[in-house]
Formats: sequence, C-alpha cells, structure tokens
Amino acid sequence: MENLIALLIAAPLVGAALLLCGGKRLDRTGHWIGTLLAVASFAVAAVLFTDMLGRATDDRALHQHLFTWIPVGGFHADIAFQLDQLSMTFVLLITGVGSLIHLYSVGYMAHDERRRRFFGYLNLFLAAMLLLVLADNYLLLYVGWEGVGLASYLLIGFWQHKPSAATAAKKAFLVNRVGDVGLSIAIMLLFTTFGTFAFAPVLDAAGTAGSAGEGKVTAIALMLLLAACGKSAQVPLQSWLGDAMEGPTPVSALIHAATMVTAGVYLITRSGALFDAAPAAQTAVVAVGAVTLLFGAIVGCAKDDIKKALAGSTMSQIGYMIMAAGLGPIGYAFAIMHLVTHGFFKAGLFLGAGSVMHGMNDEVDMRRYGGLRKHMPVTFITFGLGYLAIIGFPGLSGFFSKDKIIEAAFAKGGTEGLILGGAALLGAAITAFYMTRVMLMTFFGEKRWDPDEVHPHESPKTMTIPMIVLAFGSVFAGGLFSINEAFVHWLEPVTSLAHGHPPFGATVTTAATVVVLLIGVATAWLMYGRRPVPATAPRGSVLTRAARRDLLQDDFNHVVLVRGGTHLTDTLVRLDHTLVDGAVTGTAVTMGGLSGLLRRLQNGFVRSYAAQMVGGAAVLVAVTLLMRGV
Amino acid sequence: MNPVTDIHTLWTTAAEAPGRIPAPHIEYAQLSPTLIVFGAAIIGVLVEAFLPRRHRHTVQLLLAVLALAAGFAAVVGLAAGGFATTKAHLAAMGALAVDGPALFLQGTILLVSLVAVFTFAERRLDPASHGKRVDSFAAQAAAVPGGAAEQAAVKAGFTTSEVFPILLFAVGGMLIFPAANDLLTLFVALEVFSLPLYILCALARRQRLLSQEAALKYFLLGAFSSAFLLFGIALLYGYAGTVTYAGIAEVIADGTKQIDPALAGTMGNDALLLIGGALVLMGLLFKVGAVPFHMWTPDVYQGAPTPVTGFMAAATKVAAFGALLRLLYVVLPGMRWDWRPVMWGVAIVTMLGGAIVAITQTDIKRLLAYSSIAHAGFILAGVLATTQDGISSVLFYLAAYSFVTLGAFAVVTLVRDAGGEATQLSKWAGLGRRSPLVAAVFAVFLLAFAGIPLTSGFAGKFAVFKAAAQSGAGWLVVIGVLSSAIAAFFYIRVIVLMFFNEPKADGPSVAVPSPLTTTAIALGVVVTLVLGLAPQYFLDLAGQAGTFVR
Repeated sequence: MENLIALLIAAPLVGAALLLCGGKRLDRTGHWIGTLLAVASFAVAAVLFTDMLGRATDDRALHQHLFTWIPVGGFHADIAFQLDQLSMTFVLLITGVGSLIHLYSVGYMAHDERRRRFFGYLNLFLAAMLLLVLADNYLLLYVGWEGVGLASYLLIGFWQHKPSAATAAKKAFLVNRVGDVGLSIAIMLLFTTFGTFAFAPVLDAAGTAGSAGEGKVTAIALMLLLAACGKSAQVPLQSWLGDAMEGPTPVSALIHAATMVTAGVYLITRSGALFDAAPAAQTAVVAVGAVTLLFGAIVGCAKDDIKKALAGSTMSQIGYMIMAAGLGPIGYAFAIMHLVTHGFFKAGLFLGAGSVMHGMNDEVDMRRYGGLRKHMPVTFITFGLGYLAIIGFPGLSGFFSKDKIIEAAFAKGGTEGLILGGAALLGAAITAFYMTRVMLMTFFGEKRWDPDEVHPHESPKTMTIPMIVLAFGSVFAGGLFSINEAFVHWLEPVTSLAHGHPPFGATVTTAATVVVLLIGVATAWLMYGRRPVPATAPRGSVLTRAARRDLLQDDFNHVVLVRGGTHLTDTLVRLDHTLVDGAVTGTAVTMGGLSGLLRRLQNGFVRSYAAQMVGGAAVLVAVTLLMRGV
Repeated sequence: MNPVTDIHTLWTTAAEAPGRIPAPHIEYAQLSPTLIVFGAAIIGVLVEAFLPRRHRHTVQLLLAVLALAAGFAAVVGLAAGGFATTKAHLAAMGALAVDGPALFLQGTILLVSLVAVFTFAERRLDPASHGKRVDSFAAQAAAVPGGAAEQAAVKAGFTTSEVFPILLFAVGGMLIFPAANDLLTLFVALEVFSLPLYILCALARRQRLLSQEAALKYFLLGAFSSAFLLFGIALLYGYAGTVTYAGIAEVIADGTKQIDPALAGTMGNDALLLIGGALVLMGLLFKVGAVPFHMWTPDVYQGAPTPVTGFMAAATKVAAFGALLRLLYVVLPGMRWDWRPVMWGVAIVTMLGGAIVAITQTDIKRLLAYSSIAHAGFILAGVLATTQDGISSVLFYLAAYSFVTLGAFAVVTLVRDAGGEATQLSKWAGLGRRSPLVAAVFAVFLLAFAGIPLTSGFAGKFAVFKAAAQSGAGWLVVIGVLSSAIAAFFYIRVIVLMFFNEPKADGPSVAVPSPLTTTAIALGVVVTLVLGLAPQYFLDLAGQAGTFVR
C-alpha cells in the first residue's frame, strides 16, 4: 500500500511535464488531462485513506523510501515519504479541493489562450504541495516548499502582460524569499544540532530535554516561524498576499486561500515537539497569530475589491490557525481542523467571487455590484453558505472550528490567555462585520452597475458544481468532525492532545462568540444594509484610509526596507567603486609603475648587466654565509 | 708549516712522475644517446666540407632528424632496460649518471630539439631571394652586415646550413649537462652547449646587428658567469679534495676522513663549501635565467633568430634545471638549510621580477623572455621542495613548458610584415580577425603559460606548487600564485589584443608555413592539451624517473 504514496505526487507531476513540454498539440485537450490527473491523485488519496481507516490507530502511518538522494559521508538525505494522519488530512484537502478547482478552471479559463500552460502550472503546484506534506524529512519538505513558491510565482504572474500582475508575482517571490531563508537556516541548524533531517529522530530528540539545549531549539523554532510567516502571509511578512490576488481567481482559491498559505501551519504543527521544547518561540508564534488575525480582519473591512477583502480575511483566519498552533498540544488539532474547514469555505467564497467577476466582466469593485442575488442564484446560495460558515454561524463548519480555537486561547490561562482569547473574540466580531459587508455590497441593495454594459449571468456548470460541493463542505464538515471529537482523536497520534482548563465553561465561550457575531453582523447591516452604498468610496476616517492601504504595510516596507536597502546598496556600490576598484586599479597601477622602474635596469649595457651579476653573486654568498652564522 | 714548504709540497706532489695512465672504462651502450648526437654532429661538419651546397640543407636536415630520433630511441631503450630505475648507475668512470632524471631529461631535450630542427629548416616564410628559398639564418655569417660581401652572398643564395651540426653539438652538451656527475664534466658540458648557442644567436638573416649584439652580450655574460662557476668549483675542490658529486656529498655528510696532504689547510673548511656552493649555484642560475642573473635573457631572446630563441628557451632550460636538480639533490642535500633560504629568495624575486617587468613589454619576444624568467621562478619553487615529489614535478613541468615555448616561438615566426617578423605587440592587434586559427593556437599557448586548467601549464604549475606546499613552503606558493595572477594579466592582454581589437590597416600578415613549422606547432598544441587533459600518465612517468643515482 505504501508504494502508492509516490503515485500521489507522480500523477500531477506527469501532468505538469506533459502540459508544459507537450506543446501546441495538447492545447485542445490539455485542461482535461490536467484535471484528470488531479482527480486520479485524489482517487489514490481516497484509496490510501480507506486503507488507513482500516488499520489500528497506532499503526496508521506509512513510510516509503524511494532512494537515497545525497549520500556524502555523514550527510545523508533521502527521497522518502511519510503518510500519517496529519499528512493524510492535507493530502485529501489538497487533492480534493485541487480537483474541484481544476474543474472550475475549465470553465473559468475557457477563453484564455494560454490555458494549457495554466493547467500545467496548477498540476505543478499540486505535485509540489503534496511533496511538501508527504516528505519525511525537512530537506525534502524544503524542496516542496520552494516548489509551491515557484508555482505561486508563476500563477500570480500568469497574466504577465499586466504590469500589476508581474509586479505582484515579483513581490510575492521576494517576500517569500525572506521566509525561505529562515527555513534553510532552520534546516542547517537542525542538521548541525541533531545530525539528521528526518522528522522522527529530530522530533524524538527535541522532546528529551537537554539533548540540544533550549537556546538552539528556540533558534530553530524561531527560524521555522519566520518561514511560516513568509509562506502563510503572517505579520511581518504578510504584504504579498493582497497583491497576489492579481492571479486568476482559481489560483487565489486554491493556492492563496485553501492550501499553500496554510503550509506555515503545517510546518509548525509538524514541528510541534520542537516548539513544545521552546516556550519562548511558542509565545512568539501566538503573538504573530493574534496580531495577524486582527490585522487581516481590519484590512478586510476597508477593501472595496472583493478579492482583496477575502485576502484580508484569509490572512486573519490563518492568524487563528497559527495562534492555535502556538498554543501547543491544546491547540494543534484545532488549528488543523480550522485549516480544513477554512479550506472548504474560503475556497468556496473565492470561487463565488470568481463566479461574480465572471458574470460582471471581471469587475472586482464591490461598489459596482449590488443586488446580484436575483441574477446568479447558485452563486448567491453557495457564497452565502460560505459566508455563514466563516463568520461562525452556529451549526456550520466555521462555528465548530473557530469556537474551539477561542476556547483553547482562553484555556492558555492567566493574562496571556485572556489577551489571546479577547483578541480571538474581537477578531470574530470583525470577521462577522466585514463578511456581512461583502455579502451586502455584492448581493443585496440597489444595483450599482450599468445594465447596458454589464449583463450579470450565472456561471456554467463546470464552475457551479465545484461551488456546490464546497458549500456542502462548508456546511457539514465542522459538524461531522466534531461528533465525538472524531477529528481531534484522528490526529491525536501525530499532534498529541491535551485538554486545557478554560477559566469559564464552554457554554460561556460559545455564548460570547455568538453575541460578538451578532454585534458584528448588526453593525455591518446598519452601515451597509439599511442605507445605500455610495458608488464611489467616501474619504473615510484615518483608520479606514490606513486600512485601505493595508495598514500602511507597504509604506513601512518601502521607507524602511526598500529605501534602506537602496541606500545600503548605493553605499556599497560607492564603496566598491572607491575602495575595491581603487585597490584593484591601484594594484595594477602600482605594478605598472614598478614594472616601468625595474625595466630601467635593463638598459642594454653589458657592463651594467655584469655589475648586477656581481652584486647578485655577492648577495648570494653573503646570505649563504649569514644563514650559517645565524 | 711555513708557506715555502707548502709550495714545495705542492710542486713535488703535482710533479710526481705518472706511472701508466689507466685506460678509462666506458659503457658505450649506456652513453649511446649522447654519442649518437655527437657523431652526427661531426658527420655534419664533414657534410659541410664535402657536399655540394645545393644538397647540404636536405642532407643536414635528414641527418639531424635521424640522429635526434635515434638518440631518443636509445633513451627509450635504456629506460625500458631498467636503467631509469633498478639498473641506474654511474657510467664512464663515475663522470656521467645513467638514471631516471638523466634519461627523462635527455629524452625531453631530444624531442624538443627534434621539433626545433623543424623550425630551423623552415624555408617558406621569408620571401624567396633571387629565386632561392631561404631560412631564418644569415646568408654568410662572416660577412659584415650591410656590406658588399653580404649582398653577394645573398645574391648567390647562400644559406648557413652549418646551423644543423652546431645545433647537434649544443644538444650533445645539453645531454651531458643534467647527467654530469662531477663538477669538471659539468663545466665542460656547459661550455660545449654554450659556445654553439652563442654562434647560433648571431646568425639572424634580418636585423643582423641586433642579432650579433645579442650574441656578443650572451657570450660576454656567459663567459663571466662561467668564471664564477669555475671559481666555485675550485673552492669546492679545496673543501672536499674531490670534484665528484658523491665525494663532495660524503665529505659534507660525514666530515673529512682522509686529508689530502696538499689540501690540508683548506679541507673541511665550511667557508669554502658555502662560498663555492653559492658560486656554482650562481653559474647554473645564470643558465636558467633566474633573477638577478637574468639580464641577458630579454636581449638575447629578442636578438636571436626566433627558431634559435625557441630552442634555447626550451632545451637550455631543461638541461640547466636538470643540472641544478642533480647538484642540489646529490651534492648539497646535507646542507639544505644553508642554501634553501637564499634560494627561496631567488625563487621569489624571479617569479615576481619576471611577471612584473613583463607587464610593460611592447615586443612579443621580450614578453616571452620575461615570461620564461617568471617560469624559471615557478620551477625553482618545485626544485626547492627537496622531496621526491619536487623532482618529479619539476621533470613534468620542464617537459610541459618546453613544448609550449617552442610552439609559441614557432607561431611568432609566422606573423610577418615587410621587415620580417612583426614582433611589435601593437602590430598583433586584431590578429584573431584575420587569422583566427593562428591566433587561437597562440591563445592556447598563452593560456598554458598562464596555467589555465585543461592545459599542460596548469598541471605543471599545480604539481610544483603542491610539492612546494608539502615541503612546508606554503608562503612560497602564495607568492607563486600571486605572481601567476600578475603574469596572467599580460598573457590575457595579448589574447584581448588579438581578438578584441580592431586590426590595423598596415598590420602584419600571417605567412603560410611549410609542413615543418606546421608540425612543430601542431605538436606543441597536442602536447599542451594532452598533458593538460590527461596528465596522470606523464606525472607517473616523471614520478618513476624521480630518483637520482648517487
């Protein structure tokens, strides 16, 4: 059975190779080949999942050793896979949502002349993402990590004729590079500390205190956190995600909402033992998560671009997951659970947004929407279910997963627990506000578009079917997972589980969550439902304006990093010109001058040559005698 | 003892009536390489005397080629017979060594000379004079330059076909030089190959005054250095009471055992050893062209006919380094802590001096002369390792370097304008555009000089530097590498000049040579690349040949 693991990755990888190298003859069938291979991968995943369920709890992990990659003395790197419950969850999410989005893209990209290439990139992404979650060691994980980064870059910049898309791709690549450097440093530290890359020995050793020293483990954990911040768009490396919405909407749904951006959560959860051994790093993780969940939510409130509003929301929701993962064994399982439910409803929301854009001539400004529920009923219903799920409406997926995270945050205990729990509750309120705002501005109220120019219409079946399937997930997944805490127990062998002790009962937390949810929805309705939405954005308060500019993150980066970096570069260039070049040309000039001087000794007169020889002989003799004397 | 008695003793012992002079025992077969070459040289003289002028060139060329090839075959035969390793011994009453280094160096010298003979015999480069093809050598060496006699000789189509026997005599001396096992044989061999070289230097067909000036300078300075060498030999004899290498080495190692009554006052006096050793070394350093005894090199290299320059630069260097190796490794190993520091100094100033002064040269032959000085420094670094690896790396370097040098000078003979060879560097601008093949070949040689990987220059330089570093002279290697960097500048500059500069309107043209020069150049390229790409076989060969017989 374990021999099937490689097949999971091989299917989309073959697809990518076929589509990217196959040339024009695949233009007409390429998208179906890509979709088919994604579905094939999902089928293999389903087989493996059934098989896994059939085995005893502690016998569920599978290993496959393909070959030894780099055998150099003590440095040993394997191409080997590990499929345990955590990986299985991701594999199902990736291949499942991935297959749906492939299908959706068949309709969405129908008129794009580079469709074959688009599907090639999508397959490449699937292969890299599966490699990331299936690797049994950090080095191979890094390969997948870079692979998804590449696919993300290629897909954000897919419409490279638009300067904004090209710039966004470059920005995503550069910001991610910062995180990637963190990961590579972490891997080097891991190797020097533990002498291996493989998960099992590293995590076992990390658990036994004293084997590595807390300082080193903390350093490793912080570098892993930096990597997670880059890939998962967490503060301070969050700035690329909003711009990444320049990519085609299926890309935003698959890569920048459901899967790739959650890789940071995977990394932290996978490395749980390392973080458990480094409390300082864990504090940093929860701080990053809490800040980001508020940051993303605030940004989401101010955006008029539907995709950017959703991007802010993604940032915020991943903040929840990161925070949960930072809580340790009381949070890991809930982080992953929220990750999965979020994968369903956020992908659904993005696909819905794509469907709206599809019907609105690619308009993204919500101030030019309005009253669309009558024109695109399927989109409205599926989007609406996703909306209810994300705000945590009781009974839907988001309610179960988010509620647990809030509970776990309070359970952290002490002031820290109160701060985290408070932040999570506040975040829930803001989430309800901005998602209601998106909902109202898009589907309700007066139409703010010109009926002569725009003819809103429902999308084709290839697009609506995936939306419907995802809507089912948004509604039911959380509830199913929570029956007898099934999901948590399923993951328990991998992530370990501890029950926290919240300062007040679960019912209080749930009640509070529902109350803040209602406050958020009501505020949004007061502002956007009761009175008409202006077609052009009002000036707004200072906070609104700052939030529209992503809370000035780009300005900060520009002033501090870009300008500072440019200044540093300028200085270095000047130093290079004066000092380095000066030294080099100075040496050359000196040598030339010396050469000119020495040349004069060669004056052509035998008498002076002979004199020099006598001098040389005298020195030779004198030094020889002197050496004996000394 | 008073001085009067001293002198009396000297007179009486020296004047003692000899008994029967014993006939020396000579191993003719083992000395066959040398004997073949000398024999052919003598036949060559007879050919000059008895053969009609029109046949001489052909016959002399054939004779020289045959003699050198036969000599090389004899060397190979001796080596195959084990004389390089197990049967190595001293021949001719201890005067000559037949051992690995001697045979390796003799083989190299013979091959190099064979290739040099091809360039000597080249008759298609100079335009035909009065309907007769001419080579690089003066029509009549004795005629005053520019005088009526010279014009008559040119008109008559004379050529100096004596160059072939003269060359063979020089080669014979060079074969003895690295094999010489006593100081007197060393000196005789030095003179035997130096005198023919002085003559060869004076024989240029064009720019005869420059050529004669070069020869005279070479002769004067050569005689001067010979005097130092001879004086050093005398002092060493005074110290050890013998001129054989083994004898001197024994005295150095064990102290004096038997005092020769005639030398009682001097034997075992270390001052004599140190001064004598230094002076003998100086004589050899002059021949290899090490700073500060290098002054003759640029002037002579520039003035001599280019084929002679190539021959000298390649073969003389091999012979002289061979002799230096034997002297340092057989005679003076016991006092290596006396001569190593000063020789390190010589190696450093030679590497740096050659490389630095080469930067500002404007004449290609002078540039190559300074390059050869720098290379002498690199080889010295290997010599001074005083290890087995030192010997074999130097042997390899010499073989590699001599073919590159010959090839480079052969290319120089091809680039010509109305005044003969165009050796002004500025005239070489854009040569790569006009004659890409010739420029590319020259570039290969320059890269080999610079020690760029995949050429023999890299393998050789790596070997000597490795040997030097392993002997504990890491700092010497650092200086060597820095010098290489400086040297790379002027080698690459020529490449840039040839390929990336616009050709001049009145620039030189490349003459089409006969198969002789083509062969010489092609062999140079092949050896350069083979030794660069697959040096291991030859390194092993040099390694096997790396033991001196004592």
